[in-house]
Amino acid sequence: MDNIGLIGMISIIVAGGTMAVGSIGPALGEARAVSQALSAIAQQPDASGTISRTLFVGLAMIESMAIYCFVVALILVFANPFWKYVIEHP
Amino acid sequence: MELSPDSTIFWQWGPIKLNATIAFTWVVMAVLVVGSWLITRRLSSDGKLSRRQNLLETLVTFMNDQIRSTSRQEPGRFLPFVGTLFLFIAFSNCLEIFPGFEPPTGSLSTTAALAICVFIAVPFFGVLQKGVFGYLKHYIKPSVFMMPFEVIGEFSRTLALAVRLYGNIMSGTIIVGILLSIAPLFFPIIMQALGLLIGFIQAYIFAVLAMVYIASATSVQKGQEAESEKEVKGGS
Repeated sequence: MDNIGLIGMISIIVAGGTMAVGSIGPALGEARAVSQALSAIAQQPDASGTISRTLFVGLAMIESMAIYCFVVALILVFANPFWKYVIEHP
Repeated sequence: MELSPDSTIFWQWGPIKLNATIAFTWVVMAVLVVGSWLITRRLSSDGKLSRRQNLLETLVTFMNDQIRSTSRQEPGRFLPFVGTLFLFIAFSNCLEIFPGFEPPTGSLSTTAALAICVFIAVPFFGVLQKGVFGYLKHYIKPSVFMMPFEVIGEFSRTLALAVRLYGNIMSGTIIVGILLSIAPLFFPIIMQALGLLIGFIQAYIFAVLAMVYIASATSVQKGQEAESEKEVKGGS
């Protein structure tokens, strides 16, 4: 197999693996955060405004971990620097 | 597929390019400046408020309250910087629903510029509040061995700010683009509505994080204030 095919194959496999592994951690973290927030709201319905606001901020910060992986996967698939190098220097 | 509006070039003269990011940044700036100029032209302090003045006052009060509850300090000095960050990001994310508009925050250059503004503003406000030596002292606060980690932390949180905003907005745009080619009838609308929510939350988070960083540099490190500061930092 030549360089282009090899780079394309490895990029796609690694991009899929990045998304798969990188979304496990944030999924567990978000599930934990939401369940804690739900039980907190059930115990103290008066504080639901503060809790849900903090929950949103926290969720977005946890989710940014998955977003980093998503960015890396997209760069691998759509804007791969090694692919460009091989195309330009055959 | 294009990852950012940087690659859409409207006009080029030699090395000077006018790409979509700059053009749409100018659009957002024009909307904000002209809008607030039109509204604040005729302010009334007595009797009946106009609807638009009411809107602006609500916004400013909201930002003041958030800054006060985040930093436990008086918001007057921080409001121009943090409020501008919030309004710019929120508007450029919310204008996304107009066809043909690409949010300038979906480009890494815009978000990196905003994050560098925060990176510079932190020591600026810190020096303003505590003086040069008072600010530099917090680098060697627990012990001098922690200094490298503090410096690394300053850089890594700047990087995280930039990539977080860029990734969220860019991924929203990309997902809508992919859905348009798979299920063009109904689903892109749902994702765009979700994108509006995410865009607003990201603007809020960017402003709150900038405020937390600035507050950690300006806080008075004794008594009640320091305690509440730690609470805020741990909470976010």
